[in-house]
Amino acid sequence: MNTPVKEDRTAGDRLTRYPKHIREDWFGRVYVYLCVALMVVTIFSIVWFIASKGLNPFVSGAIGIPDLLLGHVWKPEGEPPLFGALPFLAGSASVSFIAAAIAAPFGFCAAVFMTQIAPKLGRTVLQPAIELLAGIPSVVYGFVGLSVIVPFLRDNFPGQGFGILAGAIVLSIMILPTVTSIATDALSTLPAGLREGSFALGATRWQTIYRLILPTTLPSLLTGIVLGISRAFGEALAVQMVIGNAPHVPRSLLESAATLTSIITLEMGNTVGGSLHNNVLWSLALILLLMTFLFVFIVRMLERRAKR
Amino acid sequence: MKAKLADRIATGAIIAIAGLIMAILAGLIAYLLFRGLSHVSWHFLTSPPQSFKKGGGIGPQLFNSLYLLVLTMMITIPLGIGAGIYMSEYAKANRVTDFIRLVVEVLSSFPSIVIGLFGLLVFVNLFQMKYSLAAGALALTVFNLPLMVRITEQALRGVPREQKEAGLALGLSKWKTIWSVMLPMAFPAIMTGTILASGRVFGEAAALLFTAGMTTPKLDFTNWNPTDPQSPLNPFRPAETLAVHIWKINSEGRAPDAPEIAAGASAVLIIIVLLFNLGARTLGRAIYRKFTATK
Repeated sequence: MNTPVKEDRTAGDRLTRYPKHIREDWFGRVYVYLCVALMVVTIFSIVWFIASKGLNPFVSGAIGIPDLLLGHVWKPEGEPPLFGALPFLAGSASVSFIAAAIAAPFGFCAAVFMTQIAPKLGRTVLQPAIELLAGIPSVVYGFVGLSVIVPFLRDNFPGQGFGILAGAIVLSIMILPTVTSIATDALSTLPAGLREGSFALGATRWQTIYRLILPTTLPSLLTGIVLGISRAFGEALAVQMVIGNAPHVPRSLLESAATLTSIITLEMGNTVGGSLHNNVLWSLALILLLMTFLFVFIVRMLERRAKR
Repeated sequence: MKAKLADRIATGAIIAIAGLIMAILAGLIAYLLFRGLSHVSWHFLTSPPQSFKKGGGIGPQLFNSLYLLVLTMMITIPLGIGAGIYMSEYAKANRVTDFIRLVVEVLSSFPSIVIGLFGLLVFVNLFQMKYSLAAGALALTVFNLPLMVRITEQALRGVPREQKEAGLALGLSKWKTIWSVMLPMAFPAIMTGTILASGRVFGEAAALLFTAGMTTPKLDFTNWNPTDPQSPLNPFRPAETLAVHIWKINSEGRAPDAPEIAAGASAVLIIIVLLFNLGARTLGRAIYRKFTATK
C-alpha cells in the first residue's frame, strides 16, 4: 500500500538532489560531446573505409605497390590489364604546381596592394572581388575554362587546347583567393615598426617590400601556397572538364592528360563494384587521402615556423 | 635614382596585377551573364530537361539543389553548432583538444571527391540508401561540418567576456548561459557564416556525383506526399542537382542546344551564389545593427 507513495518521494528526492541547472548542464555536456564524438568517428571511418577498399588490390596480390606508382601504362581492359598510375600522378602534380606558380605572384601582389599601396581601395573593391572568386562553384570554372580558355589555347598554340596548361590556368584562378587571403593576413599582422624603420633608413617602398616584408612573411606565404596546391590537387570536376582525359604521361603542357581526380570521376561510375579495375580506383582515392594528410602536415610545420 | 625608378616600376606592376584580377572577375561574371541570361526564361527555369531534343529546362535540378541545401542544413546546423560550442567553451587546453582541432583541419582539407566516395561506400552501399537525396545530404554534411564548427567557434569567441560572466554570476548554469546569453549574441555572425556556407554547398558537385546521383526520376509537382517515389519531397529518390547537371551536359550532353543550356544553368547558378553572398553581407549588417542599436 505504501510503496507507490514511497516511490513518488524518491522520485521527488531525485529531482531536488539534481536541480534544474545541473540537469541543464548535463544535457549541454552530453549534446556537445556527442557532436564532437560524431566528427571524430566520421574521420576515422573515412580513413578506414577508403583504406580497406584501396589496399585490397595489394593485399590480394593482384598488383604490387611499385607497379601502381611507377607503371606508366593504364590499360584496364588490356590482356593482361595494366594499372600504371604514373600518368595521373604526373598530371595531378603538374597541374597543381603550375597553378600555384601562377597564383603565388598574383596573390602576393594583390596582398601587397591591399595592405601597403591602397588599403582603402583594397578593402572596398579588391577584397570583395576576391571573396566572390572564392564563392564561384567549380563546375562554373570548368564551364568557363571549356568555353573560353580551351578555344583560346586551340587557336593560338598547337594542339587541341585541352591539357595541363588549360587545367593549370583554371585552377590558378580557383586557388587565388586562398593564396591571397593568407598572404593578406600575414602582411597585415606585421608590426608597423618594421616598415617605418625601413622607411626611416631611406628605403623605398619596393625595397621595403622585397628585402623586408617578403622574407619576414615567407613562411606564411608558403602556407598559403601549400593550401592552394592542396586544393588544386583535390579539385575534380573543373580539371576533368578541361584536361582532355588521355591516360598517358604528358610530354608537353598542351597535350591532353589526366589527373587522379579526373580518372576517378570518369571511371568510378562505369566499373563493377568489387572488380580489380574498381578496386584500383579506390587505391587512387587512397593516394588522394594520403596526400591530404601530407599537405596538412606540411602546413602545420610551416605554421610552427611562422609563429617563431 | 635607380632605387626610385625600381620602386615606381614595381608599384606600377603591382597595381596592374590588382587591376588584372579585377578584370578577370568582371570578365568572368559578365561573360557568364551575357552568354547565359539570353537563354534563361520562365520556361527554362520550370521545365524538365530533354535528352535529345531542343528546349529542355532545368526545373527539377533547380528544385533538387534547393531541397538538398535545406536537408543538408537541417543536419549540419545542429551538429556544427554543438561541436563549435565544444571547441569554444568546453575544450580545455590539452592534447585531446589539439587532436580534435587536427580532426577539424583534416576534415576540412579532404577533397570533395573523396567525401563523395566515402558517401558512396557508407551511405549509398552500407546503409543501403541507394543514390538518394538523403545520401547526398549526409555527404554534404561531412563536407560542410568543419566549416560550420569554425564559424560557430569564432562567433562565440567574439562574444564579450562580461556577457558570459554576468550570466554565470546570476546563477545560470553554464549551458543556460551559453544557450540563452551567448548564442543570441553570436547569432549574427553564425547567420552570416551559414549563408556563405550555403553558397558553397549549393555549387558543390563532386561530392554528389556518387551520392545523390546523376539522374532525376519523373517528378509530379502536385504530389507532396514525402513517401511517394514520384513526389519531389521524397528524400530517398535520386536527385541530380544544378551543379551536377552543368557538369553532365558539358561532358555528355546530347541535346542540340547543350552549350546554351550549360550557359543558362551556369548563369542561374552564379546568380544564386551571388545572392547568397550579398544576402549574407546585408543580413549580417542589418542584424548587427538591430542587436547592438548602433547606426
